[in-house]
Amino acid sequence: MKVTFPHMGNTYICVKSLLDDLNVDYVIPPFNGRAALDLGKLCAPEFACLPLKITIGTLIKAYEMGADTILMTGGRGPCRFGYYCEMQREILNDAGYKMDAITLEMPKGGIREFIENTKRLVGKTSVWRILNAVRNAVVIAESVDKLEKLSYKTRPREMEKGATDLIYRSFKEKALSVKGSRAMKELISKTAEELNAIPLSVREPLKIGIVGEIFTTIDSDTGFHMDKILGDMGFEVDRQVTVSEWIIEHMLKKVIPAKRDLRYVDAAKPYLKTMIGGHAQETIGNAVLYAKAGYDGIIQTYPLTCMPEIVAQSILPMVEKDHGIPVLSLIIDEMTGEAGYMTRLEAFADLLVMRRKNCEMKKVAFQQATEV
Amino acid sequence: MSSKLGIPRGLFYYRFYPLWNEFFKILDVDCIDSGPTNKKILELGSRLCVDEACLPVKIFHGHAASLRDKADFIFVPRYTSISEKEYICPKFGGLPDMLRNCINGLPRIIDTEFNLRKKNSNALKAAAEIGSFFGHSTRDSIFAFSQAKKAFDEYRKMVVAGTFPGDILDNKKNMRSLGKDTLKILLIGHPYNIYDSFVNMNIVEKLRQKGAEVFTVDMFEEKLLKDMAEVLNKRMFWNFGTLALGCTYQILETENTDGIIYLMSFGCGIDAFVCNMAERRVRERSDIPYIVLTIDEHTGEAGIDTRIEAFIDLIRWRKRDEGYISAHG
Repeated sequence: MKVTFPHMGNTYICVKSLLDDLNVDYVIPPFNGRAALDLGKLCAPEFACLPLKITIGTLIKAYEMGADTILMTGGRGPCRFGYYCEMQREILNDAGYKMDAITLEMPKGGIREFIENTKRLVGKTSVWRILNAVRNAVVIAESVDKLEKLSYKTRPREMEKGATDLIYRSFKEKALSVKGSRAMKELISKTAEELNAIPLSVREPLKIGIVGEIFTTIDSDTGFHMDKILGDMGFEVDRQVTVSEWIIEHMLKKVIPAKRDLRYVDAAKPYLKTMIGGHAQETIGNAVLYAKAGYDGIIQTYPLTCMPEIVAQSILPMVEKDHGIPVLSLIIDEMTGEAGYMTRLEAFADLLVMRRKNCEMKKVAFQQATEV
Repeated sequence: MSSKLGIPRGLFYYRFYPLWNEFFKILDVDCIDSGPTNKKILELGSRLCVDEACLPVKIFHGHAASLRDKADFIFVPRYTSISEKEYICPKFGGLPDMLRNCINGLPRIIDTEFNLRKKNSNALKAAAEIGSFFGHSTRDSIFAFSQAKKAFDEYRKMVVAGTFPGDILDNKKNMRSLGKDTLKILLIGHPYNIYDSFVNMNIVEKLRQKGAEVFTVDMFEEKLLKDMAEVLNKRMFWNFGTLALGCTYQILETENTDGIIYLMSFGCGIDAFVCNMAERRVRERSDIPYIVLTIDEHTGEAGIDTRIEAFIDLIRWRKRDEGYISAHG
């Protein structure tokens, strides 16, 4: 059995460590990009969301590299992501890419089927070893997200342009060849040291909060590398929805009795009263929290037809009005032209810079007027 | 003077209107509905609603906005779930919030949540909350709801016995004509697309004029469809998906359908998946003709007419010529 899994940002790093620790044979397909999308859109339904098309393309590439089993997470809706595993299996098998699928969720057959699935994946392994591997994978997911956040801080402040990217890109490539969770933790630690050693200027950059659907916000390749481009323009970006947050808050804390961080739910309540699926509540709630924390702007990004984000998009103008924070919504599908996307980003960036300048000029004028 | 309740004639109005009409009648609530969809409502909704939303949601915005200044309350229950372990669609769950944030001057929205995903009795709690808006006690509201449920069950019995739901809604009688040459066409789609003849450009009438008898997913017993859908490898978590796929499996088993039309909204998330799964099963296991018609606010009637004509012709020729297609015409 040769396992594979689709890409979503840096998830490959913690999944790889997990599979290394459990001695599972796997194949890592090429990172997401135009090639994966062009392949996937030929087989996927036209109005399926972009992540399904991209993941199908990536899995086709993995099949060509020798994979025969897909490892995928499941879900219980209402977001379509919960049914990806079935759609992928059916569509790929129909198109001639015969692959089996193991879904990481409680299946129809209950705990017995879940244990059967786990045995299929890892063979004869002690429960302790499995739990230890999972624990390490979660720790790694958290540290990779911290590393990414660190790069969001250093990139707008670096004295030498490109210093952050050099280190971060090298890290992503080295992570592909490092084996096991211990070695991965060492690599992450070393990379953090390198990033912390970058000479930084003391200027305080403008801040942009990124909200929206999980795949397009986390996967930089799908989102036109928006986080890097904004960093190069001198903005510090932040994203609350991360892989480790998803694993811990939405998967683990449902099994382990631990208090969940639900600040975004309270922040969203005046605008969106209930959970409606996907990350709509997170989008609205985090937008409000960013506004209250003094961020300069919010960018929402999601794939065309993403149902929960459409609801969020219709509500964000109210957040914009109430909290006086500019919001830009960017929708991505396979027709999205990079140039149009960049133009909007640049225009939004200019708007934020001018707003800050105007605000500062008004402050100075006020001070001068009151002094006289 | 009693409060007036505005009822937007969109989305789940088409599914549950017999229930709510009876409920509000027993509670003696003064109701006004927004009337059938028309061009003005469509334009109003398209203007007010966010561009990316599907057509039914835009039309609902139009219906809701048209009730401004005509009612004291507007009835937009939050349908999070209407069946165990299933959802409907994220937009249904967020609909009251979308309206509140997009449309100015709406009357107060009654957005009581219906969440039957875990416990069925949530319905009675919700009914009590709705009744309280009009000064009714919990006991009276619950009584009204149980009576309304009986009326709804009677309506469902009529539909499963063969009466087309659209005929009941439009008050049409004796519309069915089952002659020797009548084709049986299954029209799969959401009730708000199938029974709104403005949105679907009168597709049912057009099919009938071409000698076809239309039947829909609603005309099957729900329990039967859910049982048929059990064969799915993973349980589907959308109510419409389970019913539509269950119906597909049922049709494949009984083999008494001449053609299947899937009426889909542009941008409908659920339809994107369900249509694909249904089509795959129909094409793999039978040779029943299958066509997908996609509608949005730009859809031209001529395009729909052409496709329907071609589809019906195809079925008739196939029946007449038993699959033989002459090489010389």
